This record gives sequence, structure tokens and C-alpha cells, in this order.
Amino acid sequence: MYEILKKELLAPNIYKMVVKVPRVAKAAKPGQFVIVRVDEKSERIPLTICDYDKDEETVTIVFQTLGASTIKMSKLEVGDYFRDFAGPLGNPSEFIYESIEELKNKNIIFIAGGVGTAPIYPQIKWLNSRGINVDVIIGSKNKELLIMEEEIKKEASNLYVATDDGSYGYKGLVTDLLKDLIDKENKKYDLVIAIGPMIMMKFITKLTKEYDIKTVVSLNTLMVDGTGMCGACRVTVGGETKFACVDGPEFDGHLVEFDEALRRQSMYKGEEKKKLLVEKQKEEGHVCRIGLGGEEK
Amino acid sequence: MANLKRTAVGEQKADERVKNFTEVCLGYSEEEAVKEAERCLNCKNPLCVPKCPVAINIPEFIQCIKKKDFKRAAEIINESSSLPAVCGRVCPQETQCEGKCILGIKGEPVAIGKLERFIGDWSRINNIDLSVKRDKKHEKVAVIGSGPAGLACAGDLAKMGYAVTIFEALHEPGGVLVYGIPEFRLPKDTVVKHEIDNVKKLGVEIETDVVIGKTLTIDELLEEEGYSAVFIGSGAGLPKFMGIPGENLNGVFSANEFLTRSNLMKAFREDYDTPIRTGNKVAVVGGGNVAMDAARTARRLGAEVHIVYRRSEDELPARVEEVHHAKEEGIIFDILTNPLEIIGDESGWVKAIKCVKMELGEPDSSGRRRPVEIKGSEFVMEMDTVIMALGTSPNPLIASTTEGLNINKWGCLEVDESTCQTPRKEIFAGGDAVTGAATVILAMEAGKKAAKGIDEYLKGKNK
Repeated sequence: MYEILKKELLAPNIYKMVVKVPRVAKAAKPGQFVIVRVDEKSERIPLTICDYDKDEETVTIVFQTLGASTIKMSKLEVGDYFRDFAGPLGNPSEFIYESIEELKNKNIIFIAGGVGTAPIYPQIKWLNSRGINVDVIIGSKNKELLIMEEEIKKEASNLYVATDDGSYGYKGLVTDLLKDLIDKENKKYDLVIAIGPMIMMKFITKLTKEYDIKTVVSLNTLMVDGTGMCGACRVTVGGETKFACVDGPEFDGHLVEFDEALRRQSMYKGEEKKKLLVEKQKEEGHVCRIGLGGEEK
Repeated sequence: MANLKRTAVGEQKADERVKNFTEVCLGYSEEEAVKEAERCLNCKNPLCVPKCPVAINIPEFIQCIKKKDFKRAAEIINESSSLPAVCGRVCPQETQCEGKCILGIKGEPVAIGKLERFIGDWSRINNIDLSVKRDKKHEKVAVIGSGPAGLACAGDLAKMGYAVTIFEALHEPGGVLVYGIPEFRLPKDTVVKHEIDNVKKLGVEIETDVVIGKTLTIDELLEEEGYSAVFIGSGAGLPKFMGIPGENLNGVFSANEFLTRSNLMKAFREDYDTPIRTGNKVAVVGGGNVAMDAARTARRLGAEVHIVYRRSEDELPARVEEVHHAKEEGIIFDILTNPLEIIGDESGWVKAIKCVKMELGEPDSSGRRRPVEIKGSEFVMEMDTVIMALGTSPNPLIASTTEGLNINKWGCLEVDESTCQTPRKEIFAGGDAVTGAATVILAMEAGKKAAKGIDEYLKGKNK
């Protein structure tokens, strides 16, 4: 059992929780993830680590309510417990194994989309604390959904914000903003690290391929165990099948087959919709079984 | 003259049980167990005992059943095995104890497995405490993995007085007993939970959600957490795929994923959150116990299920009882058939598999006749789900994060066969992590052997 010490609503439907989990806090490194389970009947949910504090023995997670399970999670309060909190899982970001001098000579830009803004935080914090300057682009649908701007500003050399509707910062997609920085402001980058919705990462890699910039993405595939025993998270990278949970979650974006990854991500859409419907009806006091028997794709 | 027929055991009828996940075999009643026990000839030189990997004193416990002294029977089994209700259910007895029973020459062998199971269940129902308190030793031993090997090793070490902690990566202890073998063969909340509780009663601590190699390394256990020795019983949980086109289509699963969703996450139950997806026509590729378990699970979720196996029926590695049950439940066996390609529809979901017919050629190095493709026999079967049950190999995580361990070309840890010791003298290993995917009872045997090895090592160190 793992206690929730802090809970904060960052934006509509986006929650931050600080959880007491000594072993994970001690071992965590940037780029890794955890698997949490709310209670006995919950599914295992993979979440990228958004911060960790070895002294306080805490790990921070940020999540958006998307389905029945994340809604259940959002109802936990300070003082409540996660039944399970396993990690850190996956490989740390590759840059932590590089020499600091080498990293200082690189022009690095992080690009985050939506709730993917949170997991870039431990990475830029790690780099900044070692004197490595990075640029950051964060994007969201609108101003209201923007998260962690202040925290990230402190760790980044330059922070650029994009909103789809132009309600704050640059109007447009993060891809357009990156293109403008390179084309119009003569920015040169040797490494792009992109974390966000699969579709955003796909289009970032498409763009950086044109500019021939090395691009790392963090894949948020479906997962069950997160330890390499089932292959639910398999992706094709450079023509080979990889398990995102043990071989990743970070990969060379130019080698990832995004269309397959996007397709596989939607594998349980039908089943999840049914669960969500049942949950909603439970809350409304009755469960309607009509139409739940059919197979959906 | 001994009765040549074994006492029949109650079973759920096939047409009923395909609609539920409750246990198929109902087990013996007291009367039936006594009746079956009476068939045992109590051989002076029993052939059954040496075929049991943990050498349970079979005739002696059966004689106790005959005399209705069930508690004594439980004590005799407990000297060799702490998981009788599990092993009585899942051991391939036909190739072990029962395979050599003298009655099997002219008739049916004594139902040793069913009798062992009866005693295991009877002990649970009657709350028999078999734990033995021993003098405490000060050394701490860490056991990695809470499957059969880890549980056996931890139980034996606790009986010797060591302070034992098991580290388990998943949220529930039991390994393959909880994520792999389905409820209808091995009930979780009663049988598995009880046998794990028995190990805990011996004083063994179990810490879940700890992934050794990630959360902690073996060296940290030894250097920072004060353990004097480590046993690796991390199993063989890495699924194999065929490497054929279409394996990443939607609707293709490893048996591990499919079974973990159903067994560990209880996805078959409406009130649990984890989703599971079974189409209307399911192909399970493989012929072992895992293939049978996946097929019968899919059947219970409402699908038409085919076992696709490249050799003939005689070579099926699954337990005879499971194959029999699968057939009764309407699983279709497409033998001497090998998939070449999985074909998808325009949105990337499985719609068919292309297979080729096989024939058996000369025996290979394993002594089994090698399947050879029949040229021109390719055909297509419509399917909407494919489950790959081709076997598993050890997860490389522990070996790759621990210096000084040797692994062979199959990814298995190399150990001294008599002591289970690795090249690092304080680290021992056993079960599927060493042998590759094998059986529950062989893993238990290795766990027991390692416990002995660890005891000898630690005693030697203190001299």
C-alpha cells in the first residue's frame, strides 16, 4: 500500500499526485515509468515518472482522466492509498549515460504535448542540474489545459508555448512551432526529445526526418505487466519487434512504425467504452445491459 | 485381485463448465479417496516414489488414507512438499509417479495425484497447521520470485530457521500459479492462496511490486539490505513469437498476455477493470499446457477455438487430462498444421491465418519426429484472434543487471547441478530460470535443492 501525500488539479481532468514509495524513489531515473493499481479490482496502469525525491521518498505522477480506470484514480484523495505502485520500470533516458561535456556541446530541444508535458520535467531537471541548457516546447489544446509552465520555465533556457487555438503563446501545433524556430529563428538542434500523444510524436519525427535531427520518443503503448512477460506493448522499431516496457519506453523516433503503434493502442477501445458506460450507469443508479454483448472493434 | 479400474472422480459436465470458470474436476470425497487408496498394493520397492521429483513417500501417505488418518497423510506429504493441493492438480502424473505404478501394467495406475490433492484440500478445509517451529538463525536470505521454485526454497529455508524474504515483481505472489494456470484448473482464492499462506505461516515475508534488476539489484540486496545469500527463482516468463508476417496485427496475443489478463487480472469477471478481447474464432498456436489453458479460457469467453499444432497428437506435450478436457469442451484440434502468415483486414485486425500441412519425418536430436512441410498444401483459415503459445524463455533482466552470472544460449542461468549454486557463491538459482519452461514440481524440486545448498554454504561460511 502506497500513501498519497499530495494531490493537485493541474488543469481540467489533469491531476498530479505525490506518492510515498521509498524503493521506487531511491531507484528512479529520468525516462522511467511506474505501474500503479488503485485497488483489488483495478487494472495495472503505466505512467511515466514526473518527479522523484530520494530524501522525501516520493514519486510524482501526472495523469489525465480518459477512461474508467483513470477516473477511479482521480477519486483518490490525500491520505488514500494505491494498492500497488511498481517500478521504476523501463530504461532510463539514454543521455544519462553520456558524458556531461558531450551533452553541453549539444543543442537539445524537448517537445511535449498535453499531459506529456509532465514526464519531460525530470529529464530537463536532471540536465539543468548538471549545467546542460535545453530548449523546451510545450503544447496544449488551449490555455486552460496547459500544465507545469512555471516549473519547466525554471529548468529550461528557452521555453516556447503553443496552443492549438492560440489562446496562449504561439497559435498552432508544436510541429509548426519547431519548424518556425528552425526556419525563421535559425535555431539549430542536434537532438529532439518528444513526449506526448502518439500522433504528435509521429508528426514530430516526420518533420525532424526532413531536417535530419536525431529524435527520441517515449512510447505510451498498452501494457499489462510492464516487466517483459507478455508483449502487449510490442512495437516495430527498425523492422524488429521490441517490447516498449523493457526495450524502451524511449526509442529512436525515426525507426518507430507509428501507424502500427497507433493501431495497436486502440485494441481495447471497444471493451473500454463498455466499461466506461457501465461505470457511468452505476453512478446513475442502474446498469443497462442492452447493446453490451456485441463485438466491437 | 486388485481392482484394475481407478475410482471415478466427479467432474463438471462439459456443456456446463464451458460457461463458467469454476474448477472442472471436483476431487474425491472421503469415501472415494479411501476406496482409491485401497487399490494401492503398498509395494516394498515402490516404483512411484523415485518418479516423484520431490520423492514423496507415496505408499505411506496412501496407507494413512486407507486408515482414514488424513492428518498423518498430510504430515507425510508435508515432509517433501508444501504445495500438495497444487501439485495434485497440475503435475503430469502420467509421466511421473503414476507412470510407473505397478497397477498401470494391467489396468489403471493408482490415482496418486487425485489422492494427494484430496489430502491438500482436506488439510485446508480442516485448518490443519503443518508449520514446524525451529531455532532461529540470524542470517537473512532473499528469494527472487514467488513461483513454485521460490515458494519451495523459501519454505524449506524458513523451516531451517533462516529469515526469508521473497521479492515478487507482480502485485500477487504465486508466479505461474496465479497468472498462468487458469481458475478452472487451479482455484486461486482457495487453493493457491492457502498454500501461499502456509509458506507465510513459516515466517516467510513476501514483498510484492519489487522488480529485481529495476527496483533493487541483487548486489544491493547483498551489500545494502543485509542478505547473506540469494535464490533466483524468476522463472521463464519471456514469451516467444514465431517471427512470421502479421504477428503485430490487432488480435494477436501471446498466451502470457491472454492468460495474465484472464487469471491475474480476472478480466473474465465483469466487476474487474482489466479488459480482455476474444473474437468469435480463435486459433491457439502450440500444443503444451499453456496452449490448452489459453484455448479453454477463450472457449469460456464464448469463442470457437482451434488448437493449431505442427506435430501429431501423440507428440502433444500437454497433460493427457487437459487434452481430454479440451476435447470434451469442443476445442478443435488442427494437428500437423503450421502457420505461415497472419492476414489482416484493411484496418489492421486479424482476419485469417495462412497455414501449411505438415508430415512427420525422421526423429530429431530430442527423439521426437521432426515435422516437415508438405509442399503445395498451403491453405487459409478464417480467424479473428490468434494466441501464440509457443513457449517461453527466461527474462534477461536479472542476468543483465548482476555481474558474474553465466547464461547459456537459451538465456538460462548456469548453476552447479547438485547445489544450484551460480559462479557467484552467495547466489543460487533454480526452476525455469535455469531449465527453461518446465513443470511446477520440477521447479519445487530445484527450490528444495537450492535451500539445502544455501544452508550448506552458510554453515560452511560460519565455521
